[in-house]
Amino acid sequence: MQQKLTPDSNDDKKPIALELAKKQREISIAEFFEKNRHLLGFDNKKKALLTTVKEAVDNSLDACEEASMLPEIIVEIIDMGNERFRIVIEDNGPGIVKQQIPKIFAKLLYGSKFHRLKQSRGQQGIGISASVMYGQLTTGRPAKITSRIGPSYPAYEIDLKLDTTTNQPLVISEKEIDWHKEHGTRVEIDLEGQYLKGSQSVDEYLKQTAIINPHVTLIYQPPQGSQIMFVRATEEMPKQPKEIMPHPYGVELGRLMKMLEHTEYRTLQSFLTNEFSRVGAGTAKEICENSAVLPSTPPDKISREMAEKIMEGIKKTKIMNPPTDCISPIGKDLIEKGLKKEINAEFYASCTRPPVVYSGNPFIIEAAIAYGGNLPEDKPIEILRFANRVPLLYQQGACAVTKSIATTNWRSYGLKQSQGSVPIGGCVLQIHMASVWVPFTSEAKEAIAHYPEIIKEIKLALQEVGRELGKYLNKKKRLSHELNKVDYISKYLTHVSDALQEILKLDPAEKTRLEEHLRVVLEKTRSVKKEDLEDLKRDYGPKLKREDSDVDDYDFDEEKKGSEDDEESSEEEL
Amino acid sequence: MAEETVPDKIKRISGNIYDEIIKEEKPEVSMPLRSLSNVTYDDKIGYFELDNKFKSRTLTASTVKTFAQTLKMMALSKVLVETDDIATKRETYYVSKNWGEARFHEQVESDTVMDDVEAMFMVNREQLGFIPEEKGGDIAGKLVVIDIDSETGKELRIDCTKFGSGAYSIPITVEHLKFETNAKFILAIETAGMFQRLVKHTYWKQANCILISMGGVPTRACRRFIRRLADDKKLPVYVFTDGDPYGFLNIYRTLKVGSGNAAHINKYFCVPQATFFGITPQDIIDYKLPTHPLKEIDIKRIKDGIKNDPFVKHYKLWEKALIEMTKMKKRAEQQALAQHGLNFVMSNYLPDKLKNNKTWLP
Repeated sequence: MQQKLTPDSNDDKKPIALELAKKQREISIAEFFEKNRHLLGFDNKKKALLTTVKEAVDNSLDACEEASMLPEIIVEIIDMGNERFRIVIEDNGPGIVKQQIPKIFAKLLYGSKFHRLKQSRGQQGIGISASVMYGQLTTGRPAKITSRIGPSYPAYEIDLKLDTTTNQPLVISEKEIDWHKEHGTRVEIDLEGQYLKGSQSVDEYLKQTAIINPHVTLIYQPPQGSQIMFVRATEEMPKQPKEIMPHPYGVELGRLMKMLEHTEYRTLQSFLTNEFSRVGAGTAKEICENSAVLPSTPPDKISREMAEKIMEGIKKTKIMNPPTDCISPIGKDLIEKGLKKEINAEFYASCTRPPVVYSGNPFIIEAAIAYGGNLPEDKPIEILRFANRVPLLYQQGACAVTKSIATTNWRSYGLKQSQGSVPIGGCVLQIHMASVWVPFTSEAKEAIAHYPEIIKEIKLALQEVGRELGKYLNKKKRLSHELNKVDYISKYLTHVSDALQEILKLDPAEKTRLEEHLRVVLEKTRSVKKEDLEDLKRDYGPKLKREDSDVDDYDFDEEKKGSEDDEESSEEEL
Repeated sequence: MAEETVPDKIKRISGNIYDEIIKEEKPEVSMPLRSLSNVTYDDKIGYFELDNKFKSRTLTASTVKTFAQTLKMMALSKVLVETDDIATKRETYYVSKNWGEARFHEQVESDTVMDDVEAMFMVNREQLGFIPEEKGGDIAGKLVVIDIDSETGKELRIDCTKFGSGAYSIPITVEHLKFETNAKFILAIETAGMFQRLVKHTYWKQANCILISMGGVPTRACRRFIRRLADDKKLPVYVFTDGDPYGFLNIYRTLKVGSGNAAHINKYFCVPQATFFGITPQDIIDYKLPTHPLKEIDIKRIKDGIKNDPFVKHYKLWEKALIEMTKMKKRAEQQALAQHGLNFVMSNYLPDKLKNNKTWLP
């Protein structure tokens, strides 16, 4: 049976769009937030708590580093009952001038970081004001900000709310106070949350932050239990990353159009040479030729279609890679120091790869590994992921780091691994990606996107630390083999002398002399020199588990060869 | 010149080891390689003769345990010989339990070291004071064994026709025995079952022979007994086993020419006058015997024999028989003759065999 499609009987009615238009209005920022909170990291109460701590700590660290001050950050979570918490973050940073405070903390999409290309923790400048708004929406209370920019300046305490229809800050109260700090900022936010321990907790985030920022001291007071101190392992500040112009290969159409709209340069040619890195006059001309757009075109006259042509032109033009000195890695030594500080293991290795480029964005991969000690041997290794010194706690499975680990062959480095999965063994593996722009799979910034260049670099870094681990495990194995051999010799040496004493009727002095010489003879036959063995023992000795010291038939190659001749399958002799 | 005694030999070799250790050199002991690859066969000599391949055991970190055990075994042997005592292989294994870390965990380990020492000194293990557990085998038929009464020291005459449905057991040492017989031949039988049948029906009377039950691979005592008896009374030895590689190569070949494992004593323990009576692969066809398929280990044993056994290589007839068996892929037991009646073996098989030496194998 077929149903005929008949024209609408009410043709004389007004177009439906007019009806719909009545319902269409500007949605408030609060409504947007309410509907999209998962994008910003406020999916649930547990995560809201973590996100708020994270945004505030990240901001503090960025501020301290920009001002070249060794960060010392106090984090306090106070349980106020009824699923309400007060979060307090206090730093010893440069402070914020009074006039800026409302905009920074109570206006979404305001900040210094969105308009520049520079390796930094935050990227969108959305974080802390979103936390303030979340607190306001769930508790109705303002955020309290205290800040002082120097000993000769007053400290201000400002209570702030955010006007959720206009996205404008509302100053509830503002006063000068006495503050024990010469400079710094303190943020207090009340919010609805849930405090839990475990792999995606505030505790874990702070621990990992301490690992990846060895120059930071964190003083943490959790809602229950005693204060936890993460003390800095170095006084060395990270090198300040440089701000760079975007590289043409890394620019998307939307961004290009926005840049064209805002530029102060008057021709496409000068726009290209001045607002991008690695574009000189010649390259700019070439881009214009490849795009079939005149170099003299004023940027504000460039249409969407033309912009698209320019995108094509950029693709066709060969442009030198962006400068890579704008990246500030943690460094091989410090990344290992940070791991050592918080993870108790027997072996550590680390590496910092040279800078490389994906889609016009320079980046550096660093890796560190901790092995053994008390780390659980029968569980998958623990993966610590970091992007621009920020721990990534969610979406491990979706991350390029996890994929790289699972597709690296760890068996050749001495770990257990089933095909295509994360290896098993007492290991913590730390991967850090530093870049002017870390590509995430989503706005919540929890998993690094799968760019082939990035995966390749991560794998190279893993192989570098993996080889070190393999070397260590081999040496350890050899040593325990050698130590067993020493045990083995001592165990049977006296039986040789006993038997000879019995047969030859040796006196005790002769027997002792025989044993001394016998030990020399036997030690000569070992593959490792005695001095080396002592060295090895000193380095590895305490780490060895001598479980198998009850060796009876040690698997020695020579012995095997010897007994082969005795075997004869078809022979029987009684 | 008097031959060096076993204790002297032990002292001399231990002394060398001691001297080398004091000089801080690696001591070494050597012994003939105990393997089929180290024997040759010549039918004029009649047994597997030891070649001159040696294996040496150097004292190193990895061999220290075996080395200690070898020396301990030598010390034990010295005590046994000097005090005119003996220890069975099993007892020796238990003695080692006093050796602390150097003790043996299984008797096979102690047996192997014992075999090593035996080969090292090129003597029979009885000369070292070690004796096996197993009794030698059973005898029934036209034979009088003359032994010595251990209490009175007088001669003891044992008539092997007088054991009824039982049998005379070959003792562990047989050198002192003397024999009287008018039998025509010796029939050495693999299985106790077949031996029982022939004893029950006094086959020895019917055929005027001596029946010996070997119970699998014959012990050294059994082999030595047969050898001395056959030499002494100029008797032919007919060997009757299952028709399988084990019967051919392990039982018959070991009885006739000795083994590779203890080649230094084959001279005394071989029975060159032995002939193979059956069951041959041809018998399986001729007598239409019920069969079992060859197991993988059987096939391996045959291939191994054809490739490595100097005895098989010497006798083309054996090679042919083995190849035939591989083709048939079948084996047959002695008792399979019961297919044609329980006493078919006495009424037909053995008389046929005696009449027709063309059906024998060398």
